Amino acid sequence: MGNQQFLADKIRTEEYLLNMGPQHPATHGVMRMVLKLDGEEIRDVEPVMGYIHRSIEKMCEHVSYKQAIHLTDRLDYLSSHMNNEAVALLVEKAAGIEVNDRIKVIRTIMAELTRLASHQLWWAVMGMDTGALTTFFYGFRDRELINDIFEETCGSRLTMNYSLIGGVRYDLHENFVKRVKDFIAHFKKKLPEYDNLLSNNVIFRKRTEGIGILTKEQVIDFGMNGPTARASGFACDIRKKLPYSAYDKVDFQEILATEGDAFARYKVRILEMWESMSIIEQLIDNIPEGEHRVKTKAVIKLPEGEFLQRVETARGDLGVYVISDGKKNPYRLKFRSPSFANMHGLNTMSVGTKIADLVVNFSTIDVVVPDIDR
Amino acid sequence: MTANNTIITDFLMNEMHLTADLAFWVEIVVVAAVYLGVFAVLGLFLVWMERRVAAFFQLRLGPNRRGPAGIFQTVADALKLVSKELTGTEKRDRFLYTIAPYFVIVTALMALAVLPFSYELQAFDINLGVFFITSVSSVAVIGIFLAGWASNNKFSLIGGMRSGIQMISYELSTGMVIVAMAVLTGTLQLSEIVGYQQEHGWLILSGHIPAIIGFMIFMIAGTAESNRTPFDLVEAESELGSGYHSEYSGMNFAYYFLAEFVNMFIISAMAVILFFGAWLSPFGITDGIPYVGVIWFVIKTLGIVFVMMWFRWTFPRFRIDQLLTLEWKYLIPISMVNIVLMAIVVWLGLTF
Repeated sequence: MGNQQFLADKIRTEEYLLNMGPQHPATHGVMRMVLKLDGEEIRDVEPVMGYIHRSIEKMCEHVSYKQAIHLTDRLDYLSSHMNNEAVALLVEKAAGIEVNDRIKVIRTIMAELTRLASHQLWWAVMGMDTGALTTFFYGFRDRELINDIFEETCGSRLTMNYSLIGGVRYDLHENFVKRVKDFIAHFKKKLPEYDNLLSNNVIFRKRTEGIGILTKEQVIDFGMNGPTARASGFACDIRKKLPYSAYDKVDFQEILATEGDAFARYKVRILEMWESMSIIEQLIDNIPEGEHRVKTKAVIKLPEGEFLQRVETARGDLGVYVISDGKKNPYRLKFRSPSFANMHGLNTMSVGTKIADLVVNFSTIDVVVPDIDR
Repeated sequence: MTANNTIITDFLMNEMHLTADLAFWVEIVVVAAVYLGVFAVLGLFLVWMERRVAAFFQLRLGPNRRGPAGIFQTVADALKLVSKELTGTEKRDRFLYTIAPYFVIVTALMALAVLPFSYELQAFDINLGVFFITSVSSVAVIGIFLAGWASNNKFSLIGGMRSGIQMISYELSTGMVIVAMAVLTGTLQLSEIVGYQQEHGWLILSGHIPAIIGFMIFMIAGTAESNRTPFDLVEAESELGSGYHSEYSGMNFAYYFLAEFVNMFIISAMAVILFFGAWLSPFGITDGIPYVGVIWFVIKTLGIVFVMMWFRWTFPRFRIDQLLTLEWKYLIPISMVNIVLMAIVVWLGLTF
């Protein structure tokens, strides 16, 4: 240590600023980070947001509740179904619309498929961020099958616009059950491949273990949520805490890890994929009979007051908060987006690490930039 | 001068009636032109091969439209690059920026010139052959470092700094492996190393345990020296965009790109010369036939190249401190011990 201090006194280094983004391969979109660097070491990270702000909240205030749903797809486009569902659930709760069990189960299955697809894409990109380019294609291979299922039932692959107020847009396609079962059987064989290719790779372990550690207290202080927070031991799964749709009927585990490092965040998501598959398996065999859409009024007006609905998207806790003045459009609507909350941890994770660690940390937070800016 | 060269000189003197001096210079020009051609064709072929191999690992088809199995795709890409505008940053150091790519190309060409493609096909057989290759390829780092420095781009600069650290470190362990193999063969001349293997069998068998350790170290350090995954920190797409050549476009970029692949070929060729008998055929089945050695040489080298591509499409990337830890704390001590081990093996006459 004394020797190092001697060197530090003798050799003068200078901090410099580096603009990472808005166009940069590691920032997953148009995100800008201003890094203060000393050589390779990060002294400070300042995320600069707003490059893809589309004022979705304001737009929602100008359209009716039924129309507002269609804007939410573009928040976190990888969890599009959960975003739709969040608004649908809120309006149903506020307007007192009862939906039947079939709708609840369909929504749950769709949400879990979306979560799987999102985590597959995250895994694909995570590998790419650490330099293993092949994972990208493996992840997309399996995600393609889910997108095909969506395409058949919802008519769309990514932003499905499937959940509506009082139900879902179309009834399940006749092949749906068979294809989902085929997919689960396929993916149960393929998920161990993910471990063989990346999780058990010694370089990958060295790159992620002990990197970007956040304690449980820090995670709670930053208001972080989702798999990122669960990796630090903070039980925050809305599906468990405030069950919605059919989550109270299924038996699943909330995946928690205690290490709080990049590998824990990685591990939590991999294990969540197994849980999602187990949830789908429990529901797929006995989807109740009934209407896929209950009758609602042509114009839905919410009673005056404030309403909140939280759902667990693939990234964490999405909160939709509405202040209604009794009209057909919200007086004020706010999305509490998980990616935005999770970004708060980036600085604490990354200061004192190397540039390469920042990329890993950013990747394990699993942000979707349009979800940050909204 | 080897047999092939004298054939050209003889032809020029006897058939074309040139003087000896003129024939000598004409021969130099002809050989240089041939090597330039080999350089370009090799680079384009390896880029195509990389893309096909990557596609094989990644459940894709890869280039498959231009020519059989898309073999002319890279030619089309090269033509596109030639026709593109050469851009650069406003405040770059123009002189250094312009000459930087040539360091990389010229060194790759120089190293290529001494490779023994077969008994007859070796342009330049000097008695320090192996050291010539290592010393020449260590000049290439200057080209990369200058590119990073002169581009006036911080991402390039970080890439350049990383290349300096990485390539200089890993040259040490390749050098030590070469020393260990020189202990075994007793020579540094490439043709004599091959000659030794003709008598005693391939060095990886003849030198057994120390040679196998040496081969492993050589493959790791060689991958690092040619800046390929898991050691591609110099480019590190997800961290630096494209590192030192961020600000190079058109043909200047293509120079770096081709040189990277030719360097990979040279590293693989070195591995083949040092461990797998260069142009010698297995069990000596075709050793008597002239010029057939080149086929064996290329097959073996492409085999090693394939392994390096396999690395690239499987492994994640190291971090800079892990890269240095691996070299200075593991590879260098192991290769030092390996030299001693090899010396003991040779001293006790335990070689085959």
